[in-house]
Amino acid sequence: MTIQEVQLDRKKSPFYSRQAKLDRLNQWHEWKGYSSADAFYNAELEYFAIRNSTAVFDLTPMTKYRITGPDSLDYIDRLVTRDMRKIKPGRVAYAVWCDDQGQVIDDGTIFHLMEGEYRLCSQERHMEWLTAAAIGLDVNIKEETADIAALAVQGPTSYSVLKNLGLDGVENLKLFGLMDFDFEGTNLMVSRTGYTGDLGYELWIDPSKAEALWDALFEAGTNYGIMAIGTTALEQSRIEAGYLAAYEDFLPALATVRTGRSRSPFEIGLGWLVDFKKPNFNGRRALAREKRSGSTWRLVKLDIEGNKPASHSYIYTKKYGRFRQVGFVTSAAWSPICKHNIAIGTVRTPNGKVGDTLWVEIYYQREMHWTRLMAKAEVVGKPFWDPERRRVTPPGVY
Amino acid sequence: MTERYDAIVVGAGHNGLVCSALLAKAGKRVLVLEAKDQVGGAAITRAFATGYSVSACAHLLYQLQPKVRKDLGLKIEYAAENMETIALSPNGQHVRITGNRVDGVSDADTDSYRGFYKRMTRFADLLQTYMNRPPARLANGTAKDLLTLARLGLDVRLLGKTEMREFLRLIGMNIYDELVERFESPLLKGALSLDAVLGTHLGPRSPNTILTYLYRLCGNHGRLDSPAGGMSSVTEALAHAARDNGATIRTGMPVKRIIIENGRAAGVETENGDTFSSWLVVSNADPKSTIMDLVSPRNVETGFTRRVHNIRMRGNAAKLHLALDGLPTIEGLDKKDFGERMVIAPDEDYVERAFNPAKYGEFSSNPVLEVTFPSFRDSSLAPTGKHVLSAIVQYAPYKLKGGWTDATRDEFMQAAIEKLAEYAPDLPQRITASELLTPADIEKEFRITGGHWHHGELTLDQFLFVRPVGGAAQYAMPLDGLYLCGAGAHPGGGISGAAGRNAARVILSREKAA
Ligand SMILES: Cc1cc2nc3c(=O)[nH]c(=O)nc-3n(C[C@H](O)[C@H](O)[C@H](O)COP(=O)(O)OP(=O)(O)OC[C@H]3O[C@@H](n4cnc5c(N)ncnc54)[C@H](O)[C@@H]3O)c2cc1C
Repeated sequence: MTIQEVQLDRKKSPFYSRQAKLDRLNQWHEWKGYSSADAFYNAELEYFAIRNSTAVFDLTPMTKYRITGPDSLDYIDRLVTRDMRKIKPGRVAYAVWCDDQGQVIDDGTIFHLMEGEYRLCSQERHMEWLTAAAIGLDVNIKEETADIAALAVQGPTSYSVLKNLGLDGVENLKLFGLMDFDFEGTNLMVSRTGYTGDLGYELWIDPSKAEALWDALFEAGTNYGIMAIGTTALEQSRIEAGYLAAYEDFLPALATVRTGRSRSPFEIGLGWLVDFKKPNFNGRRALAREKRSGSTWRLVKLDIEGNKPASHSYIYTKKYGRFRQVGFVTSAAWSPICKHNIAIGTVRTPNGKVGDTLWVEIYYQREMHWTRLMAKAEVVGKPFWDPERRRVTPPGVY
Repeated sequence: MTERYDAIVVGAGHNGLVCSALLAKAGKRVLVLEAKDQVGGAAITRAFATGYSVSACAHLLYQLQPKVRKDLGLKIEYAAENMETIALSPNGQHVRITGNRVDGVSDADTDSYRGFYKRMTRFADLLQTYMNRPPARLANGTAKDLLTLARLGLDVRLLGKTEMREFLRLIGMNIYDELVERFESPLLKGALSLDAVLGTHLGPRSPNTILTYLYRLCGNHGRLDSPAGGMSSVTEALAHAARDNGATIRTGMPVKRIIIENGRAAGVETENGDTFSSWLVVSNADPKSTIMDLVSPRNVETGFTRRVHNIRMRGNAAKLHLALDGLPTIEGLDKKDFGERMVIAPDEDYVERAFNPAKYGEFSSNPVLEVTFPSFRDSSLAPTGKHVLSAIVQYAPYKLKGGWTDATRDEFMQAAIEKLAEYAPDLPQRITASELLTPADIEKEFRITGGHWHHGELTLDQFLFVRPVGGAAQYAMPLDGLYLCGAGAHPGGGISGAAGRNAARVILSREKAA
């Protein structure tokens, strides 16, 4: 192989040509080998597209695996903690998977594409673990990240945009459902899923049709405020929705070295995904033990006073006027739509029950000088942002 | 109709029998299901030609644990006891070894060997204490585990600080360096090298071959006995002990699967479709076939499956059986010497060179051999005046390049016979029947994955706390009600009964705790 044949630069998404045309900032970062934009125009503007009109985010770099074969259901069911027998073809499941110690390897979505055929999407790459999980089972696992171009189309007008694009029947698509459409003779799969906590869809198509889809979509969205967005706006919206990010709100278990740095599903608020009615799944024995003896950590959603984002803050309890450190913030943002200062954090149990008052130590800088602030933080139960329209079928026309 | 038992033991190998006998002795209703028509596993006597019988795998007894004998009140009759090892020399200048004595070497070697033996048996005694109790868990130990760990520390400390350091240094080392440093006699070094590598995929220059050597000395300091009537008399005695205590043993009953209900063992199903229920299933099969075939990975978790899948267990020892119309002649040997153990391992480099091809999936064209003539002291094994040669021949890698076929098996057998003929030139014309079991044959006949002597290589990464695999080293598998009791579990293979005894003790003590 000569040197020219080795790809040295970042991969370009099949939507790159269209994104480059829109790009005003030239702010890109690496995401799993691909170039991904922080923002194209202005992150704040893009954020408001998510909440007020339609935002389009290129999620092609997201890791995707295709799982097929006679044992695919048994395989997936043993891999993840939730009961996959309940997930029928045409449905999507949010799921979490653990090692034998019951520690979270990653979370992601599993698409039941057709009987016995699944797509698993995740933040991280997991071929090694997925291959190990296949030992002794008749399944085939293929990474298909580059074989599929994917767009998230999110926001209150997203349904109208897709309707305008000519996707007849999309009105019947329920949350966590998926449907196939024809797009210029190519299969276009649409799922009602997303990472924004709003009404929204994800579109999946062969990369050869990526540009055509983008063009058609933007044309259909002209009157609905359609806008390409980067990861900064998306990050803000996922914190509002209370969604977790690997490497931020938890560390994938296989990436940890020190004991106690990984988390169980119970410790990151995903206990509802653990189904002990299943006789066997990875992590079951350890999780059953943890269920009996109690968890060490708890994930908290915090509503913090003031407006200074509490990024990387320590979390304290206050008793008899004394602060005791019990954890730290893992994600924080000012939520423009809720007008709240919000954060996600990890605290030692038994602290952090819903309704508890905690304290966060916020540092901020004004003209070189640092100021320290102890802000009161209320532990809340519900996601900060979870509008009705996310679920309503058929969706409203905005 | 399924019958219910307190415990079902899959396999009537010697470990399965020891375990069954002890469970039955503790009052349990035990059912033992053995695939073969005969109990004993790799410790059996069987015919290989009309009128000729032989111990089909294991042929010498040296590791049977005194505690096992005592717990079961075993009385074994021997055809030969405390046998000598004769390291054969082509020119008749043989070296003879028994206990701490070695003849046929320089005075310096004689002295040196006495010291070596003393030290090795001392370390072996320490190792033996671990053989006879379950290994401690590594992390999250219970108080008892910590005690075992503490005792490891304590016993090691009893040796004295210098000796302790020496022990820990030695167990990771290769035996070659140690031998070369201590001895002059090539035959002595060759014989000791062979002892260290028998049954393994290791050469004398491989790491931890001092450990495998020590392992061999555990229990009886390497003293070699030959049971009257072959190895079956040991396992028959064990079967009697089990039956006397009330266990039911059924042969010709291969188990197809271990029944799992709601994430726990609930019984077994045999190949002919019979099912037997029990909340306690103990497997004498090797860990790989237990988990991969009988349990199925879908009933256990991924990390555990992967570790079991990765257990190294490719056998390298073949077994040669020859029917002879009379004893051959070997220069420098008296007739009575045919009752002893002979080894063909002329020097330490020879043994290492014999191993070399095995690394690349080829068999040794100049193999090493451990040879006995069991019929010499045991007339039951051959017609009057005729004899049986029983030999372990290494190396014959399980994964032979191109696979084992009748042709390659024949080729390897010829290499072994030619090697023997270098010492006993009239041997070839005395052969009236022959059999060679490659590891592939052993896998098939004895249902041992890879045909491995120890049901899993005996190396530091598969020893003590991590045998068979980390997180499941205490006989209990990560599936309620399922235990291992065979050589693949701690401490390892050889006719010792340690795994079977430890497993029974763990099962009984866990029950008491529950
Ligand atoms: C060639 C060779 C030579 C050896 N020489 C010696 C020696 O001289 N001295 C010595 O001490 N050791 C020797 N060994 C080692 C020794 O034979 C073994 O370590 C020992 O026999 C292991 O005993 P075990 O009871 O754990 O297992 P095994 O003896 O393997 O017994 C397991 C039993 O389980 C049964 N089983 C397996 N699967 C099923 C199933 N699905 N259903 C029902 N039954 C099943 C098998 O049929 C078998 O009877 C030798 C090994 C080999 C391969």
